[in-house]
Amino acid sequence: MKNILKSTIAILSVLIAFTSCNNTSNSKSGALAGNVAEKVYVAPGEHDEFYAFISGGFSGQLSVYGLPSGRLFKVIPVFSQDAEKAYGYNEETKPMLNTSHGFVPWDDSHHPDISQTNGEIDGRWIFINGNNTPRIAKIDLSTFETTEIIEIPNSAGNHSSSFVTENSEYVVAGTRFSVPIPQRDMPIKDYKGNFKGSLSFISIDPEHGHMDIKFQLIMPGFDYDLSHPGRGKSHGWFFFTTYNTEEASTLMEVNASQNDKDFIAAVNWKKIEEYVNNGGGTKMPAKYAHNVYDEATHSATSTMKKEVLTVNPLDVPGAVYFLPTPKSPHGCDVDPTGEYIVGNGKLSANLTVHSFTKMLDAIENKKFAGDAYGIPILSFEDVLAGSVEQPGLGPLHTEFDGKGNAYTTFFISSEVVKWKLGTWEVVDRQPCYYSVGHLMIPGGNSQKPFGKYVVAMNKITKDRYLPTGPEVTQSAQLYDISGEKMELLLDFPTIGEPHYAAGCPADLIKPRSKKLFKLEDNKHPYAALSEADTKVVRDGKTVHVYMTTIRSHFAPDNIEGIKVGDKVYFHITNLEQDYDVPHGVSMIGANTSELLIMPGQTETFLWEPKQVGVWPFYCTDFCSALHQEMQGYVRVSPANSNTPLKWSLGEDIE
Amino acid sequence: MKRSNIIMLIAALLPLGLFLFPLWRITLEAPQYPTPLAMNIHINDFSDVHPHDIKNINLMNHYVGMKYIPEAIPEFKIFPLGIIITTVIGLLIAFKGNYKWFLFWFILMVALSGAGLYDFYIWEHDYGHNLDPKAIMKFTNPDGSVMGFQPPLFGSKDILNFRAHSYPRLGALFLGLGIACSLMAFLIGKKNRNSNTS
Repeated sequence: MKNILKSTIAILSVLIAFTSCNNTSNSKSGALAGNVAEKVYVAPGEHDEFYAFISGGFSGQLSVYGLPSGRLFKVIPVFSQDAEKAYGYNEETKPMLNTSHGFVPWDDSHHPDISQTNGEIDGRWIFINGNNTPRIAKIDLSTFETTEIIEIPNSAGNHSSSFVTENSEYVVAGTRFSVPIPQRDMPIKDYKGNFKGSLSFISIDPEHGHMDIKFQLIMPGFDYDLSHPGRGKSHGWFFFTTYNTEEASTLMEVNASQNDKDFIAAVNWKKIEEYVNNGGGTKMPAKYAHNVYDEATHSATSTMKKEVLTVNPLDVPGAVYFLPTPKSPHGCDVDPTGEYIVGNGKLSANLTVHSFTKMLDAIENKKFAGDAYGIPILSFEDVLAGSVEQPGLGPLHTEFDGKGNAYTTFFISSEVVKWKLGTWEVVDRQPCYYSVGHLMIPGGNSQKPFGKYVVAMNKITKDRYLPTGPEVTQSAQLYDISGEKMELLLDFPTIGEPHYAAGCPADLIKPRSKKLFKLEDNKHPYAALSEADTKVVRDGKTVHVYMTTIRSHFAPDNIEGIKVGDKVYFHITNLEQDYDVPHGVSMIGANTSELLIMPGQTETFLWEPKQVGVWPFYCTDFCSALHQEMQGYVRVSPANSNTPLKWSLGEDIE
Repeated sequence: MKRSNIIMLIAALLPLGLFLFPLWRITLEAPQYPTPLAMNIHINDFSDVHPHDIKNINLMNHYVGMKYIPEAIPEFKIFPLGIIITTVIGLLIAFKGNYKWFLFWFILMVALSGAGLYDFYIWEHDYGHNLDPKAIMKFTNPDGSVMGFQPPLFGSKDILNFRAHSYPRLGALFLGLGIACSLMAFLIGKKNRNSNTS
């Protein structure tokens, strides 16, 4: 009997064990979860379908991800110094960060936008705005390097930027903070009527992408928050959301939230362009830096510009109108057809959508509801296409899938809501983790979005990843939007604080991506294109070292005759001509970053030796099997010594 | 013109393809080279298959003390001259000679090609074995002898982390076809001769 009892208990416990096993495994990995994993799985060695360029916000940079994997490929330094790549540290790229305020080593990078041809993303350049010290940068998508930065005068909080028109005629930058134009010493309380907001239209050279401020529209002193170009039928127009039409200058969270409606400013830039081309506008003294990086010299130059062309909107009748839009609208988004202009009224219960056709009709029939500083205000009812009723709380941004659907982020209710253009009905909603800001569908700002995925960029992360102390990474989420319902696929961490992103099919960029710089095209003034060209040249207290790297040595690697107090410029040319064989270099005690020199490139760092001795330098990038041996010495003698200037490789200095 | 002479004429002209297309290719595959390094051997030149391949082959090879692939070798002068002379001889034979001369040209070409291959082998052997005594990395065979890095004359072979392939290219095909045509011209010429006499 005892035995029977024992065996019964044994059998029962085994059964319980099995049952509980089954329970746990069922709850963790269903067939559905496996399916989701497959959708974001990019097998080792395979490539992602899309590039996503996600802004770095307060990091000042632009990060490059693959979709759907969410893998980080590169962080492109744009507005902030990057010690890893020597950006803003080496002599070649320091001028990139020059401004009218001097060298500014940081900015707040916001809204990347890819160049377009005929309303479609062309993958040539990507533009991004620096918000704090107003600047627009251009990144060349064949090298993934920042090749141009233009400062925007008369602007402050360069936020309604940097959006590109459908043939890349202009990249547009609007001011968030209105300021005295020109800047002057005046009481802050006299803001109203005296401060102005500038909207800058920066022309893009069709061949090289060079930027030039064509004109600045000097608008009433509102806050110009975000913008987007018209496209298709509305090509030639640009739309800017505004808030603080109250023109308050203190306790803005209250005082700038009093008006029931603010405006979307509709700007007919074609009309203003014509006016300017016919000699219109006023040239105004200004001071702003234009920094251009030349791929042939591997060097940037900074030019200070002295003048900007301004346009008073009242001088070009019919060029600017205000569309009343409820409650401090944030995102200003235009659908792929160019008909609908979505004003994401961030304090509004409803989402307001204007009609371009109705806008033209209202203009033609003069359906005005007054004016603001002489600019006609169109009647709200006559431009309204419709409203999405009670879709969520705190709408910020809208993107489109090109199939008649719109996707709007709601910061307060922390969700993405899918709704239909035209019928304004809500189709689906998915939670975000947490408090989503921007969202991005590849090709979103174009006539041809690639409506397969949407990336939501969240402002709050909390518990989504392993904790890393009080400061945690920001987080993005990827949703599949190919079906009627959205499906959450993936969380992935992001750099800095993303404000918007731009994406496109990988095939647009991949075939044009450079593998190396050709040595024969290197026009750097201090390049040594072979070891025979290496030398050390003294010019007073300045010494120029023309040095080369190739696996696995520096030439020269012994230098004598340097003295305390010298300024020693190491100009290093990487003689490699093979993909992905950079060399790095740094010198003990150098008050700057390392260099990371791509094949065929020349870069320069400055070393100011302060102590007598023999000081080593070495390669900082594990370049080859003999990387550890890639090192050299510089002998530093007292300032008054007579040690002759000599250098060598492979033999002793006698 | 007899059919066999026309074939001989083609035979004599075909080797000129060597001036248009590479003779041979050596390809080096390794994990770090998803696009392999490769060098084409022409009758008068070495050339990169992808930009900078030869420079990068030299960079790899210097670790084991192999010499740089020379810009030019004496063969680049001798081989083209040889091909021009044999083509002229072939043309003379095609216009003037009979089938016995076709055989002569065939044997001449086989002998010269064989000599060329042997010369190539000698160069390869020297290239793979005549190593810098100060080589960064020295490898020995299991029997204790110094390891050589000679690429195969024909076929594929593992050399350290590389897999080396050595195969003829279009130029060699032209040469081979030319030689084969001369043999065919001989056989046809001989057959015709026999059928005419019998």
